[in-house]
Amino acid sequence: MFYKTKAVHFCTRYRQMLRFVDKELCYHCGEVCENTSIHIDDKNFCCTGCKTVYEIFSDNGLSYYYDLQAAAGAIPKEVVCKYNFLDSPTIVDRLTEFSDGNLQIVNLYIPHIHCSSCIWILENLHKLNLFIRSSQVDFPRKTVRITYNSHEISLKQLVMLLTRIGYEPSISLDDFDNQKKPIDRSLIYKLGIAGFAFGNVMFLSFPEYFDLASSKTTGGEFWLNQYQDVFRWLMFTFSLPVVFYADRDYFISAYKGLRSKLLNIDVPIALGILVLFLRSTVEIIFDWGSGFFDSLTGLVFFLLLGKFFQQKTYSFLSFERDYKSYFPIAVTRITSDGKEETTQVHDIKKGDRLLIRNEEIIPVDAILKTGHARIDYSFVTGEAEPLKKESGDTIFAGGKQLNGAIELEAVKSVSQSYLTQLWGNSIFHQDKSSTFQTLTDSIGKRFTFSVLTIAFVATSYWLYRNPTMALNVFTSVLIIACPCAIALASPFTLGNMLRIFGRKKFYLKDTRTIEQLARIDTAIFDKTGTITSAKKSTATYEGMALTPDEESLLKNTLRASNHPLSRTLYQLLAEQNIMTLDEYEEHVGKGVTGSKDKSHIKIGSADFVGIPVPGSVHKTSVHISSNDLYKGCYIFHNQYREGLEVLFESMSETLQLAILSGDNEAEKTRLEQLLPKLTPLYFNQKPENKLRFIKSLQEKGRKVLMVGDGLNDAGALAQSDVGITISENISVFSPACDGILDASKFQQLNDYIKASKQAVKIIKLSFALSLLYNIVGLYFAVTGQLQPVIAAILMPLSSISIVAFTTFMTNVLGRKLP
Amino acid sequence: MSVIYVLLSISLVVAVIFFAAFIVSVKSGQYDDTYTPSVRILFEDELVKTSPILKGRNTKSLKKLEIKKKSIKLKKRREHMG
Repeated sequence: MFYKTKAVHFCTRYRQMLRFVDKELCYHCGEVCENTSIHIDDKNFCCTGCKTVYEIFSDNGLSYYYDLQAAAGAIPKEVVCKYNFLDSPTIVDRLTEFSDGNLQIVNLYIPHIHCSSCIWILENLHKLNLFIRSSQVDFPRKTVRITYNSHEISLKQLVMLLTRIGYEPSISLDDFDNQKKPIDRSLIYKLGIAGFAFGNVMFLSFPEYFDLASSKTTGGEFWLNQYQDVFRWLMFTFSLPVVFYADRDYFISAYKGLRSKLLNIDVPIALGILVLFLRSTVEIIFDWGSGFFDSLTGLVFFLLLGKFFQQKTYSFLSFERDYKSYFPIAVTRITSDGKEETTQVHDIKKGDRLLIRNEEIIPVDAILKTGHARIDYSFVTGEAEPLKKESGDTIFAGGKQLNGAIELEAVKSVSQSYLTQLWGNSIFHQDKSSTFQTLTDSIGKRFTFSVLTIAFVATSYWLYRNPTMALNVFTSVLIIACPCAIALASPFTLGNMLRIFGRKKFYLKDTRTIEQLARIDTAIFDKTGTITSAKKSTATYEGMALTPDEESLLKNTLRASNHPLSRTLYQLLAEQNIMTLDEYEEHVGKGVTGSKDKSHIKIGSADFVGIPVPGSVHKTSVHISSNDLYKGCYIFHNQYREGLEVLFESMSETLQLAILSGDNEAEKTRLEQLLPKLTPLYFNQKPENKLRFIKSLQEKGRKVLMVGDGLNDAGALAQSDVGITISENISVFSPACDGILDASKFQQLNDYIKASKQAVKIIKLSFALSLLYNIVGLYFAVTGQLQPVIAAILMPLSSISIVAFTTFMTNVLGRKLP
Repeated sequence: MSVIYVLLSISLVVAVIFFAAFIVSVKSGQYDDTYTPSVRILFEDELVKTSPILKGRNTKSLKKLEIKKKSIKLKKRREHMG
């Protein structure tokens, strides 16, 4: 077996050499394999991690994973102590859904879930461990619900197993603090009831439709006259749950609107429903006619359908996250007698000593005691480069340690830390939707007013002409003017638009955001991570040219280093042959040295390679000396997103722009060249400054769009009229906002804003269209000729044609979007 | 009683049964995730039926084999008794 794999390995290598294939893709994760690739079973793997996952799967008969979808996997992360907190029973208790001592059920959020292979492998977890009873994936929510035998496999082991196969769950403080909310299914119930009643009432109305003139006095169909009352009372019964349950929200909303002296669109709807029901009931009691139960139930059904359509669709995204989704549940505390113990983050008190390992997040403001800290604050403050800290320095919560383990002493508790205090601002407790008047509501106000005027004018006319008709006309006007089509225009247009945007990787929280987006006149951008790319960065070389030997040695030395700057530089340098270094040493916090044959190289800070520290400290650079001779340095620059210039150029035509950065001024000159002239640039902005800046603009009457990415923008995003986060990977954390835009679609932002404006135009057009229907209907109503059948035809007809119109128009709009 | 009452009540009973079925299915959470089942239904046949202990063997046929062996043993025993 061993020889065989070796032989296969050799063959593939040879074949590739012949074909000059320079890039091979990992069989497991699909990443480009570097020179370090591993070959097994005629397959390439980019790292041992991927190979291990492949072996686990193929050993357990789960290789079908790779047939379903090629290269669906993720590189498993190495975790050693990260999940130690899952040993604590109280934490496990909070995280699990159900536990009876033996059986436990847990619902885990796994961001990597993205294809059918993922569903398949996660639902076959019991193949990997006998004690996992069952697992069920909820794909839209990206969660998996696992039932397991907790005596045999603990939650920690389960999480480690998932991590080992590349499906690391995300467990944050948020999961610990927030107990699972029950799912609200009331809209589905209401829709079901309305649909059920609508269908049956329509069915029971057929006799009336076909034999309109019949009644006991005029003769007509005997059968229908005989059973007319049975049919009518049955229809009445069917309409009861619709009136008293399914349409409740409209009555509540109308009541709330009236109480705050606001005529919203739900007022005429509620009035229409009420009048329909009362008049129909009175009609069948006194045997005047069949009533309008079909129109009534149909109306409610269509309205609820519209509501259902504009419901939130991206259940895997959360638009309400705060720092808690970013913070860990527990950290390691060092007790007074030097032991390590896992402590819940909320239990950290002032004076506690904490151990923060590589890649862990610092949960509280603290003082560095031992170790060399390199803290990545990019997410918290917007600073692009990690900060160096020495013992005695203060470290703010929210930073991520990048350089080995450090020991800290907490100076504040979690809720009082610098970063978390931002969430104390009142803006986070306000509901944006309550203060925004939608287009439908503003139309509804005028509409209600004119309908009531028409109703009263027509009634007083009939009172004068023929008093017996007066009540009939009054109710008819209110029935036919019920703005069903108007109420449907907005949910269907915006709901469809929401889906179109979603397909273009622009995920909005709700339909209200589209309306808001159409109104904005100012756009504020954050710098780091928003207009710059987090993944890519460029470096320029300054100094003496390197010889080919030196270049090769440089690349090979960097290959061994795990420092972020080394990794970045390694990616940027040209391909070199792999060679084994004679000597390699990493000096933590300073640099690396490597030697081969007789030459050696020093890579690191200016101090490390032995030259005086240059004047401009803002710039991040890596200095190189070869054989103790200083050669030069690589200077890193932010890499701006593609199409930034074009985007700003086109946006500046209609919008006021500004940059609001938490970073220093190092990039000022480059930004000035890139952006349209006189774009205001603000640097060194703290999170509160950003919030206040937006607020001051709004006080001047501006409608502000904030585009940001990190926790430092959270205040500004919440304060702005529309807050959009740019995300390289939409499944990882993003702060509370109104929309999430995939970074690859950054250039299209202005097109999306324009599309929103057009969507609002479509709504206005359909308002005009539905007004036409209303005028036709009102003619029948005012002249006192409204028959149930006319109402039954006119209402669905207007609703359906509006829905068809808006769907067609938005699809045309969507096709034009890039 | 007129036939129309019978027909009406039958149609009503059928309608109400379906309605109740709908409510029950919503309550049991069938409508919470409408996407995953559509993917899951396509898996069943391709399942490679092996478990960690019985690596490389088909458990179903193994069980069948055991049942067969048992029944043969039983037969032999009966023959002995007879």
